[in-house]
Amino acid sequence: MSRFFVFLLPLAVIAGFWLLSRQESKLAHDPTHKSFFQRNGTVLGIVFISLVTFWMLFLVVMPYLYMVQESFHPRLPPMKRGGPEDFLTIQQYKSFFVEPSSGDWNTLHMRAFFFSILTSVFVTFVNFAICYPLAYYMAQAGTIQKVRLLMLCLIVPYWVNEILRAFSLRLLLASKGLINQTLMGIGIIDTPIDFLGTNTGLYIGLSYAYLLIMVFPLYNAIESLDKNQIEAARDLGAPWWKIHRDVVIPYAKPGIASGCTMVFMLSAGSLAAPQFLGGPSTLWFTSIVYDFFFQAFNWPRGAAYAFILLTACIIFVLAILKLFKVSLGETIR
Amino acid sequence: MSSRLVMRGMIAFYIFLFFAYLFGPLLVMGITAFNTPSYPQAYPFEAFTLNWFVKLWNHRAMMDGIKNSIIIGLGVVAISVPVGLAAAIMMGQIYHRARSVFYLVTVSPVLTPGVIIGISTVIFWKDLMGVTDFTKAYFYKGIILAIFGQSSFVAAYCLLIIMARLQRFDRSQEEAALDLGASFPQVFWHILVPFLKPALISASVIAFLSSFENYNTTTFAILADKTLVTVLAGEVRQGTTPALSALAVVIIGLSLIGAILYEVAKRREEAAAQRMQERARLAERGEVIGAKTGLA
Repeated sequence: MSRFFVFLLPLAVIAGFWLLSRQESKLAHDPTHKSFFQRNGTVLGIVFISLVTFWMLFLVVMPYLYMVQESFHPRLPPMKRGGPEDFLTIQQYKSFFVEPSSGDWNTLHMRAFFFSILTSVFVTFVNFAICYPLAYYMAQAGTIQKVRLLMLCLIVPYWVNEILRAFSLRLLLASKGLINQTLMGIGIIDTPIDFLGTNTGLYIGLSYAYLLIMVFPLYNAIESLDKNQIEAARDLGAPWWKIHRDVVIPYAKPGIASGCTMVFMLSAGSLAAPQFLGGPSTLWFTSIVYDFFFQAFNWPRGAAYAFILLTACIIFVLAILKLFKVSLGETIR
Repeated sequence: MSSRLVMRGMIAFYIFLFFAYLFGPLLVMGITAFNTPSYPQAYPFEAFTLNWFVKLWNHRAMMDGIKNSIIIGLGVVAISVPVGLAAAIMMGQIYHRARSVFYLVTVSPVLTPGVIIGISTVIFWKDLMGVTDFTKAYFYKGIILAIFGQSSFVAAYCLLIIMARLQRFDRSQEEAALDLGASFPQVFWHILVPFLKPALISASVIAFLSSFENYNTTTFAILADKTLVTVLAGEVRQGTTPALSALAVVIIGLSLIGAILYEVAKRREEAAAQRMQERARLAERGEVIGAKTGLA
């Protein structure tokens, strides 16, 4: 039953859009205004609308809705789907808090959840601190040729995929890796330091993977700041930290929000770094979701966990944006 | 004066550290690709070898993965660039209040974790394709699902790129063409598309590359098939071999060549533009001189 509902809801959304456009066209009555089909021609108009409709409905909205409705079903073999045992239930969500097999609190998964969120926050802050000076230098201080060269240097490692970047860090940090070999060679330590087991590798891996996601929005935001403003502040005797606090950072706020949001979301949803750089006892939330799909074959529970993650991330991001008084529209540019 | 020098030194040192962090691991990995030991090690460097590249070339699963990755990448370009173009055009034409809602919905896939996009794609299409045996047999395939899953967010990238260029489009060009009797498709193909060409090209490149290197969405959507990145993930999980380093060297080499070619093309374009300006200025001066001497 609920599955049909998923197919009906988008129709309601389309109807809503249509009513909205009708109402707007009445409000802003303008005799020279042409309708969508008058402006693009009938054939192209239909092509545009069907392309966008296919994307929005079949690739974005309906899969999301479908995932959500799946998470409200019990786990069943394919034969029993749609049968009498296929009812709506919140047991998958309950299982996040209370483990169904034992009835105890599900501290394992809850701890993994908070660990993922807090680590992502930490990584976001670290990346901001690392990238802000470079973005500022590129946007305000560097000459055109230098900035171009730096850009080129930034873009090339960006296209090496996540797996290989994680792999390269493992070569450095493993117990037989370069850092441990060097330290032991010099004689500073006798036994290798376990970077991967203590999650140091995970933190470095996440920060490394999303470094460039932070640089570009910051650079774009600071670049449009008028140099005269900084000059003026300096002439009036402001120390450098005050210039950043009162002039540059307030101006670049949308870019900062955008970079931080992207890094946080990517980090919270990352799969490669925790799989390849996390310690053996480290549980990352997306890895749990991954296991529900590929090892336990419990899709409804995996879907429920994925939805919990998505909701938590959205709430978190919206709260932060509200706190810094930036609208979501400004963020995604 | 000396404090300025200290400041400069500090900036240079910081930039050096930043790029050491960025390139260091890749450099070390690059060295291991040419070293003989079967555990990828950069130091001590025992002997130079190209053996790992041969191993890479003979790695069947990886070569199959590359083939699938290219097919998926082309599929993603074929879907997401037209969709992004259509959405960008619609974005400019719909009413204000509807626009902000439309904008939020269209860019939401950019912010959604890739894992969730992959999961929702599989769950949805499994049931939809499962309706008839025919669709289940021919369309419920990893490659098709991966194309759909990746397109959902890659189309949003394309939308953003194309929209940025469309905002600079001068509407009066379109109106002039229409007044002179051009039809709508003519205006679209002869005025709008040529104007958007640079954005369409960069959207295609970015779409292909983001599809090629995607892991989070693909690992769910690909089902039983394999792409280069999922094969790689399996390899890294099992252990480490310098063949992976060799692959990284190849990828870095290719993207370096691409970046340099792009830079050269851009420089040449700029030089041409400058020459044109110079010529225009000379011509103008010539005219002025001609007018003064009464030759014009």
